[in-house]
Amino acid sequence: MNILKNRDVLLAFAIVLLIGGVAARFPAFVRPGNLVNVFNDTSPLILLAIGQMIVILTKCIDLSVAANLALCGMAAALMNGMGVPLPLILLAVVLLGGALGAANGLLVWKLGIPSIVVTLGTMTIFRGTIFLMTGGAWVNAHQMSTAFKALPRMVFLGLPVMSWVALAAIALFFMLLTRTPLGRSFYAVGGNPHAAVYTGLDVGRTQCIAFVISGALAGLTGYLWVARYAVAYVDIAAGFELQVVAACVIGGIAIVGGAGSVIGAVLGALFLGVINNALPVIRISPFWQMAISGSAIVIAVTLNATQNRPKGRIILKEVEPT
Amino acid sequence: MEPILSLRGISKSFPGVKALQDVQLDLYPGQVTALIGENGAGKSTIVKVLTGIYQPEEGTITMDGQDLHFANAQDASKAGVTAIHQETVLFDELTVAENIWLGHAPRNRFGLIDKRAMRDGARDLLLGIGSDMDPDLRLGDLGIASKHLVAIARALSTDARVVVLDEPTAALSHKEIHELYDLVETLKAQGKAILFISHKFDEIFRIADRYTVFRDGQFVGAGAMQDVTEGQLVQMMVGRAVDQIFPTRTPQIGAPVLTVAGYDHPTEFADIRFTLHQGEILGFYGLVGAGRSEVMQALFGITTPSKGAVRIDDKFRVIRSTHDAISAGIVYVPEDRGRQGAIRGLPIFQNVTLPSLSRTGRGGFLRLAEEFKLARDYTRRLDLRAASLDQELGLLSGGNQQKVVIAKWLATKPRVIILDEPTKGIDIGSKAAVHEFMAELAAEGLAVIMVSSEIPEVLGMSDRVIVMREGRIVDEVTGGAMTPERLVRAAAGIAEAA
Amino acid sequence: MTQTLRTGRAIPDRLQSPAMRALRSWESILVAVAIAIFVTNSFTSPYFLNAWNLSDATFNFTEKAMIALAMALLIISGEIDLSVASIIALASTAMGVAMQAGAGVPMLVLIGIGTGVLCGAFNGILVAGMGLPSIVVTIGTMSLFRGIAYIVLGDRAFTGYPPGFAYFGQGYVWWVFSFELVLFTVLAVIYWALLHRTSFGRAVYAIGNNATAAQFSGIRVARVKFILFLLTGLMSGIAAVCLTSRLGSTRPSIAAGFELEVVTMVVLGGVSILGGSGSILGVVLAALIMGMVTFGFGLLNVPGIVMSIFLGVLLISVIALPRLFGRK
Repeated sequence: MNILKNRDVLLAFAIVLLIGGVAARFPAFVRPGNLVNVFNDTSPLILLAIGQMIVILTKCIDLSVAANLALCGMAAALMNGMGVPLPLILLAVVLLGGALGAANGLLVWKLGIPSIVVTLGTMTIFRGTIFLMTGGAWVNAHQMSTAFKALPRMVFLGLPVMSWVALAAIALFFMLLTRTPLGRSFYAVGGNPHAAVYTGLDVGRTQCIAFVISGALAGLTGYLWVARYAVAYVDIAAGFELQVVAACVIGGIAIVGGAGSVIGAVLGALFLGVINNALPVIRISPFWQMAISGSAIVIAVTLNATQNRPKGRIILKEVEPT
Repeated sequence: MEPILSLRGISKSFPGVKALQDVQLDLYPGQVTALIGENGAGKSTIVKVLTGIYQPEEGTITMDGQDLHFANAQDASKAGVTAIHQETVLFDELTVAENIWLGHAPRNRFGLIDKRAMRDGARDLLLGIGSDMDPDLRLGDLGIASKHLVAIARALSTDARVVVLDEPTAALSHKEIHELYDLVETLKAQGKAILFISHKFDEIFRIADRYTVFRDGQFVGAGAMQDVTEGQLVQMMVGRAVDQIFPTRTPQIGAPVLTVAGYDHPTEFADIRFTLHQGEILGFYGLVGAGRSEVMQALFGITTPSKGAVRIDDKFRVIRSTHDAISAGIVYVPEDRGRQGAIRGLPIFQNVTLPSLSRTGRGGFLRLAEEFKLARDYTRRLDLRAASLDQELGLLSGGNQQKVVIAKWLATKPRVIILDEPTKGIDIGSKAAVHEFMAELAAEGLAVIMVSSEIPEVLGMSDRVIVMREGRIVDEVTGGAMTPERLVRAAAGIAEAA
Repeated sequence: MTQTLRTGRAIPDRLQSPAMRALRSWESILVAVAIAIFVTNSFTSPYFLNAWNLSDATFNFTEKAMIALAMALLIISGEIDLSVASIIALASTAMGVAMQAGAGVPMLVLIGIGTGVLCGAFNGILVAGMGLPSIVVTIGTMSLFRGIAYIVLGDRAFTGYPPGFAYFGQGYVWWVFSFELVLFTVLAVIYWALLHRTSFGRAVYAIGNNATAAQFSGIRVARVKFILFLLTGLMSGIAAVCLTSRLGSTRPSIAAGFELEVVTMVVLGGVSILGGSGSILGVVLAALIMGMVTFGFGLLNVPGIVMSIFLGVLLISVIALPRLFGRK
């Protein structure tokens, strides 16, 4: 655990360094208002990264999160169009997202299909479903009610509601992972599935729960995303799943399962969020984003591997001088 | 005395196999019951029934006079049955305290895990078994023996009344084994019923109070240890008397084949030098973790030594990969058969020909007829039992898989064959067959290295024995000097008695 | 005892003839499915049974199927490459840059294929050389390779490839047989021989089944895996040449989502996603089936995104159905 904590500190340090570097040339970047903006912009990534991290802890991967987000976002927009009250919409997107996650989870649990195959498949199925629901049509700002659009932007104690949702999720899942039996079981199932069975844990069921959590978070984020950007269509958040996985890998979540922390995932997301927000400030085309998160994944996975290389037993003892 | 737990009439079958047939088992409070049987006798199946992993088709589990049904591992754990397995199965990424309390952690008034209570409880439990380990350590940073301690603390934390120890000493050093014996005494004193599974007779006679013997999935007998002799137990296990285990041979030792000089590795071994002759069986004895396998794996190109020279038939060879080793004529039958030896998903013939494809094929292309011929020749020599050579290797029994692995190596026509714990975990009948076969290989002029931790095997089979300790060669013995005392002293580093 | 060791009983080579085994195999199910789709299609649309229409239909799958050939070997060995579509994007972008610098057709082809091989080598070094997990590495390079294409192109596109370049994606070797189809057929035969008739292919199966035991049997595991990534890169480069030539332009979003279709093709072809088993024949049949279904949907004016739903369902159900009905 010490290594992990050190790692988190290193990553936090890197983020501060990054912000400092940008601020040295463009002091406006560190104005409190702008930092709030950066955090707010990164909130969706943080929410999804937390869900993804739990899935990865259990030795799975969820590539369908962005499609899930888009589908739930569209569902929220359509419900809003039908006049469904906002609290009900919020409840519905969380349930729908969770149900989509459960679909992934059940395929992994009950049929033992590798999660990468399941979620590659459901990723296209979810996006295709949006097309079937809308015929490819967009839901634009003027088709959404004011309250629907306003909620995520509403400022409360200096922070927009979207940021508060992210903070609440961080706190909630931090407690869940460190202080509840369910949280510990995610680590156990991914760290040593064989032993988990002997401890009375159901590996498949735990993995399924992880998918439900990841799905529910994606569903909630779907509403926030659509309401904030005031548009919903088939391709929103396309390719976002890669950023989410990148955030986890950068945050030191071991892709083989069993190791990682909420703090790591959040820091990983913030690292990418700061870069994404800094690019326009230092006048680099946003087209660099993709390559940067790609390189970040490659570099992070290389670093993770060299850090965690087994040290091997040390058998040899020096001959004692006689 | 009344048993805490009784199994009666338990039957369990798998497709094609009756793993358990109408067996019984009684466990008494404050007593150690040894479960004895050859491999395949049903020992691990009964452990899985006891711990709720398997559900038997027939039979009853009675605890304190009440009939129980374990639908899953959780049920068994709730009833107070806990198991400590061959390779301690816990969670490397969690802390010691978290490992001990996983699944039944103390809660605070908000229903959340109470970290402080967890840490304190873990410390108390560990102190209770004589360890002052820090409960906040990551389990992955501990050695095997410490992991065992954690597993035992975990068993105590569940208020378990029945503790299953499944070959707990298999991976432990001499000193660690003695610490484990002390722990077993502690558990006994606390009134736990202990089921102890082991292949080692000395150990069974040392710590067990009672025994139960299984053979081929059936109950053979049970009783108190003081009423039985080693010979009687063996007879119950195998169903026949075993007197002469090792083949008699008249070694024809020829010219040197393999010479190793100044072999060093930064962390595993140093200054290894020895010569191996044609027709010789050279035993490597030492405690588990003395560096014997590491030397052999370096000779086979799995790990790279930092310096040293290997000479085969007067030619120096540089071995950087297993490929190099095989072309130099060195082959290695690994200790971990399932992971490193057998490729279960491939047919038998493809397993046999895998390292010989350059010989059976031509220009990188395969020739199936040649492959079948090679596989046929060598599997016949080893008396393999299989339906066809096209059958998946995984469908064969462990003993037959081992034969295929050996056939694979003989087919490369090696000069040196290294067998790492060749009879570990296989039943007495198969053991004798492997010993016969080793003798035969040596008689044909092959140079054989046998790594073994079993003294009778080392003494019974070797022409010469090298003893290793902490990565170095500490003794080399031949002929009449080969006594159990000398080997054990050298391996453990005990000075010669005055 | 000594006696029995020398003269063990004879074990027959095979219990089942290869022909019998083939009849009961996954491939025979695929053949039946292919025939069924062919027949259905020819009844539902009058335009289906036409040599030129059928020939056109092959363009639906040839480029992806070329990559699937190499991907099949990679997945059998227990690895995966999700960056193939991004390699196409990068290779195509490299060709575009070269074209603007005035490179001729042979040079363009060389650059396209060369870029593919380099990308494959990059993946290979990370996975085989450094022992990193291929899923994460190729998710990373998937962003990286296409990201470079975006950096170069932004929202622009390269157009105006030389006329001679059009042959690779639009030309015909003879009658209705396009260059792409002929090339795919030749490559399929080569890959069939490589996987099923050489010791390299045997090593691929051995590694996929048990990489440690394969290494203990003298197989150079890292080298085989590196070559497989190289081959996947090579095939992506070749596909990039064909696709760029066929479209006549390069956008950074070229070949988006191909990786999913390639993996689906391989899995539908009976290759175990966990590694260790599968055949080239199965992959070729799966490519034909997917091509015919796409073509049939196209004739019925079904939109592309519905086709992709179908693919997703297909991918999951191909793996799920055998498990549901108890086949391994």
